Amino acid sequence: MKIVLQNLTKIFPSRNKKSDEEVIAVNNFNFEIPDGKLIGLLGPSGCGKSTTLYMISGLQKPTSGKIFFGDDDVTELSTENRGIGLVFQNYALYPHMTVKQNILFPLQNLKGADKMTKEQMLERAYQAAKLVQIDQLLDRKPSELSGGQQQRVAIARALVKMPRVLLLDEPLSNLDARLRLQTREEIRRIQQETKITTVFVTHDQEEAMSISDMIVVMKTGVVQQIGKPQDVYDDPANLFVAKFLGTPPINVFEGRVQDGMLYIGEDAVLPIKGVENQPVTVGIRPEGFIVDENGSLKCKPVNVEVMGRDVSVVSTHGASLNPFVRSIVDADNRIDVGSGVVRYAIKPHKIFIFSKKTEERIYFEVK
Amino acid sequence: MVESKQQWKAWIYLAPAIALLLVFTVWPIINTVRMAFLEDYSIALASGGEASFRFGVGNFVKVAEYQDFVTCLKNTVLLCVITVPISTLLALLVAVALNNIKPLRKTLQTIFFLPYVTNSIAIGMVFAAMFNIVGSLGTRRPLIQTVGIVNNVIEFFGGSYVNWINNGSGYWANMFVLIIYIVWNALPFKILILLGGLQSVNKQYYEAAKVDSTPRWRVLWRITVPLLSPMIAYVVITGFIGGFKEYTSIVGIFGESLGPAHAPGRLNTMVGFIYDALAQHHQGRASAAALILFGIILLVTLVNLQVSKKRVHY
Repeated sequence: MKIVLQNLTKIFPSRNKKSDEEVIAVNNFNFEIPDGKLIGLLGPSGCGKSTTLYMISGLQKPTSGKIFFGDDDVTELSTENRGIGLVFQNYALYPHMTVKQNILFPLQNLKGADKMTKEQMLERAYQAAKLVQIDQLLDRKPSELSGGQQQRVAIARALVKMPRVLLLDEPLSNLDARLRLQTREEIRRIQQETKITTVFVTHDQEEAMSISDMIVVMKTGVVQQIGKPQDVYDDPANLFVAKFLGTPPINVFEGRVQDGMLYIGEDAVLPIKGVENQPVTVGIRPEGFIVDENGSLKCKPVNVEVMGRDVSVVSTHGASLNPFVRSIVDADNRIDVGSGVVRYAIKPHKIFIFSKKTEERIYFEVK
Repeated sequence: MVESKQQWKAWIYLAPAIALLLVFTVWPIINTVRMAFLEDYSIALASGGEASFRFGVGNFVKVAEYQDFVTCLKNTVLLCVITVPISTLLALLVAVALNNIKPLRKTLQTIFFLPYVTNSIAIGMVFAAMFNIVGSLGTRRPLIQTVGIVNNVIEFFGGSYVNWINNGSGYWANMFVLIIYIVWNALPFKILILLGGLQSVNKQYYEAAKVDSTPRWRVLWRITVPLLSPMIAYVVITGFIGGFKEYTSIVGIFGESLGPAHAPGRLNTMVGFIYDALAQHHQGRASAAALILFGIILLVTLVNLQVSKKRVHY
């Protein structure tokens, strides 16, 4: 089932009657989610990603715009009739029911032609439980389960009625770091086994990048970029996207383009063409640095963090907009912190320049 | 724990409350037990010295032998068993309805809360007026004129009037009026508790139920009621305790005769029985009846707690 979002907009009226400040939570969202894919909605808190998810679920009504499931316009359809599965951020498992009862609950609501016999329901519930590997826990109450187990029960409950669309709201935010890694692989596996179109919301870029087929980066209700995780990382549309994706984060410098040369501070780092003279913001990915005696970017090293295969060099530069410049280079490079200077050459495809005014990406060619 | 050096300070702070409790709660309870087991105890006779009363269970035997006692017990139990479930169910439905509407919620909440802050005797008198018949029965040309609003409504719809509470009225007609009064009077407290409970229920359970296309009645029985079960148990238990102490409603509607003119005392309850015994200076018998009532309430509460152990999800 593909999902089409057409000019989707959600405006929350102001709470305070005196000021008519409206909050535009989602602004003119257009996107076609391909069938059977796993989509990550990504952005900082307050960017409208959850609102978008809830509009797809029908729990919130869009102010304007349309939502299609396949070819059906479901904009006016209530949640009950959309045939979706939704996993809430804190799972919302019914605390008074056992795991089995929780999973059976959606099936017992089926009416008419979909109505099942008790045996069929139990069979389906057991299958769903098995898929998320909680078939040993069916007689427990949610309060007797760990966070990760509750999370799986919630997924089983959402999957058991074979929804057309599966929606997950920050599904991993309540789990500890190790469980999070495990569970996100699990979500990926379940999604690939069931082939249900899945949308999930997260503020953790690593999480979104690692399991999504496509990610949608949002900021204050506006979609910034949509694409495959690697493409968005390699080719960010603007400064926000560049800064939001990647750990460690991208290094940002003040710079300028002058007569076909890109300067960071006074260091002429890259001859380029196709860009007019102007002040720019320069972003360089941590892996974009090459330690080079003749390199043009001169930094003052502060510390070297050894990570085994790589080392992370922490240094400072006068034009840097971050407190530190962080580069990840091969451990073979011997960096002498005491010497007071480290020189870098830059990999051209790891350097992005952005307009200082609009923060939009400026594309350039290497001379 | 308070350090031992500081303990005397704690006791000083507690002293006023403890003194009042000892005088007005603890001592009367002990005294009630003492009086109940002194045969034929009466304060009027006690002035001569308490040695004249023998220790024994005579008071209890006497209480049980009274025809009145059986009537009172039957009325009390009937009223309890009928009104507590009805008022609890109604309160639940009203609370759920109130929780689901936005406009007028405050106004309706106030209206539902009115019985709680209104004097029971006054309400009883208003009820008596509502269910009244004014006129005469038993003259040669019986002229019956109905002015009670309830009978007016019945007649408006083409029914014939019912003698609810007046001379010659039937037992169940009386009970019907009492039940309506008690249920209505019991609603506000229950609604308040249940509404409070509902407002603390996580809204996401309802959203989850919505996503799973749960029909409304199923949401009510499978989600709302279990999640509210601690409050429901509380309301039922306190309802039974209050119900066994029913008395003012009967005085409010029927006056001191505790029944229609032709059958005074017919609607008396346990508390009424105790009160009557006190009025006749039979403190021993009153104490015995009070202990019996206490025993019944204790038993019912224990049964309630036992039942709720299985049904209540904390």
